[in-house]
Amino acid sequence: MDKTINQKAWFLVLPVFLVVAFSAILPLMTVVNYSMQDTFGNNQFFWNGVGWFKELLDPSTDLGGRFLASLGRNLLFSAIILAIEVPLGIVVALSMPRDGWSVAACLVILALPLLIPWNVVGTIWQIFGRPDIGLLGYTLNSLGINYNYVSNEFDAWATVIVMDVWHWTSLVALLCYAGLKSIPDAYYQAAQIDGASRWAVFTAIQLPKMNRVLLIAVLLRFMDSFMIYTEPFVVTGGGPGNSTTFVSIELVKIALGQFDLGKAAALSLVYNLIILIVCWVFYTVMTNAGAERPVKQGAE
Amino acid sequence: MARIDLVDLAHSYGGNDAATESFALKPVTMTWRQGGAYALLGPSGCGKTTLLNLISGIVTPSRGQILFDGADITPLSTQKRNIAQVFQFPVIYDTMTVGQNLAFPLKNRGVPKAEIDARVKQIADLLDLTPHLDRKATRLTADAKQKISLGRGLVRSDVAAILFDEPLTVIDPELKWQLRSKLKALHRDLDLTMIYVTHDQTEALTFADTVVVMHDGRVVQSGTPAELFDKPAHTFVGYFIGSPGMNIVPAEVRGREARISGHPIALNRSYDTLPAGAKIEVGVRPEFVDVAAPAPGLLSANIERIDDLGRVRFARVRIGDAKFAARVPPGFSVSGETAGLVFNPTHVHVYADSRLVEGTA
Repeated sequence: MDKTINQKAWFLVLPVFLVVAFSAILPLMTVVNYSMQDTFGNNQFFWNGVGWFKELLDPSTDLGGRFLASLGRNLLFSAIILAIEVPLGIVVALSMPRDGWSVAACLVILALPLLIPWNVVGTIWQIFGRPDIGLLGYTLNSLGINYNYVSNEFDAWATVIVMDVWHWTSLVALLCYAGLKSIPDAYYQAAQIDGASRWAVFTAIQLPKMNRVLLIAVLLRFMDSFMIYTEPFVVTGGGPGNSTTFVSIELVKIALGQFDLGKAAALSLVYNLIILIVCWVFYTVMTNAGAERPVKQGAE
Repeated sequence: MARIDLVDLAHSYGGNDAATESFALKPVTMTWRQGGAYALLGPSGCGKTTLLNLISGIVTPSRGQILFDGADITPLSTQKRNIAQVFQFPVIYDTMTVGQNLAFPLKNRGVPKAEIDARVKQIADLLDLTPHLDRKATRLTADAKQKISLGRGLVRSDVAAILFDEPLTVIDPELKWQLRSKLKALHRDLDLTMIYVTHDQTEALTFADTVVVMHDGRVVQSGTPAELFDKPAHTFVGYFIGSPGMNIVPAEVRGREARISGHPIALNRSYDTLPAGAKIEVGVRPEFVDVAAPAPGLLSANIERIDDLGRVRFARVRIGDAKFAARVPPGFSVSGETAGLVFNPTHVHVYADSRLVEGTA
């Protein structure tokens, strides 16, 4: 095969390369550089090799203990919100109207929480949950339920989880609704003729037809909840104690609170790596699921 | 298995208050024989799918009744009607194997497992799906998927009729022919009533023993393919069936004579009592008009072009402003721009306001 050799094409790639270099590669390399050193301020750095990484993965050290604990909390948090938001989103999507003016109304209402900035969501819930002036906190306490997210770990977790569900279930619901809308009517009619029950329609038609959007929803929600920072930081500040300190909060504490740039750099690299691996796994699963789709010709 | 009667059945998507003229299906009364192979033929939007969906219960009629063997089933839901329907695009359940797909309607109805297995095996044999039974249905070709849809209808032993809604649209031409033969064979073997909706006349004429032609929400004619060809009851049928379609030209008809552009054409029957004020036309299929050398006594026409279809040639001509098609007899070579037309009187029909008028002998 003859290929035309045209070196000028490199010039077309150059702008992209430059932008990516300045926006991603150089900052990342800076972080890699920091992760191998220790600093005591005053712009003095000392070589530390892979020391921080070793500490990070060793639970007996201070850094490792904090990292692994926050990682565990973060995974638990992601698991809980996925377990709530995905089924809830499906239920919401299923109960939405299929046509008429009410569709637009539902979509607008669903989209509202998604339009609010993270910071504001945090502030809303921070005030909403306060036992002295917050509608939720005051009501709960008046009902005799001792609720205080500042002092009680369980209450703090519950608040952060409910807040995330409030903020993000809409996204899952909207994605599922799009998936549902793409199912041709003939499927429902065929199911009627085949005498399928409502449950059978759900398991045989709706769920399989939604599986791609669901994968995307799970991926997006996992990534987002795994990187969550602003909302719990605004509401609980990571407390009480360390009970709602997730990885990103821990990272900011180390980097900006203690100015331990080396430790923070090592932590962010590992954090980044985890996210990359999860993305890769999802991507592989999704493309494999997609590869089964096209009709194979000549099936005997 | 059942005889299906439609009694004054009509449907409007705009509600019952809409004017009858706007109905998607105008009132129709007809009977579908048990074991018949019917085709519902008509252009897109003529109401054929509406009629089909009324029979299967996907749509509830605005008016009228549907009887299965004399019993009124109009208020019954689709599930309770014992109807199978195959849709335009293959509907298969993605997560199931071919076998599970076929078993689905029986499973939903709580049929015992042993019976389901036996029935699925039998139907898979019938449709040549046995080698695929354990495969995921999504991996099959479109025609195999369409066979699965059909199979889901056939597995139920109590099915009153199988309805097909343009089922071969997404199938390759060669496989289309195979699948159609398969349907005909199934129809012969199983003695099932089949109703087949299509806008393709070849499909309709090869599949059905009775073709029901619909136009603008009305059933305009129902008959064997030969009847539709020889004696279209409506100018639409004449035009829609046949390729090229029937020639329909305005004419003055008196007794045994029709005048087209003032030129007399002999008729086989006498038409003395034509409705006054009606639009009178004569219709004749191109197959029954021959092109000849211009001669006195022949209607003369201007030749526009000759279509060579292989076995037969048709001349596209103009009589005044009216377009007309006529057969070019074998061995006749067209010369010049005008030609004479020779009519076969037995096949010249008279239409008043688009409806066939039966003359007297």
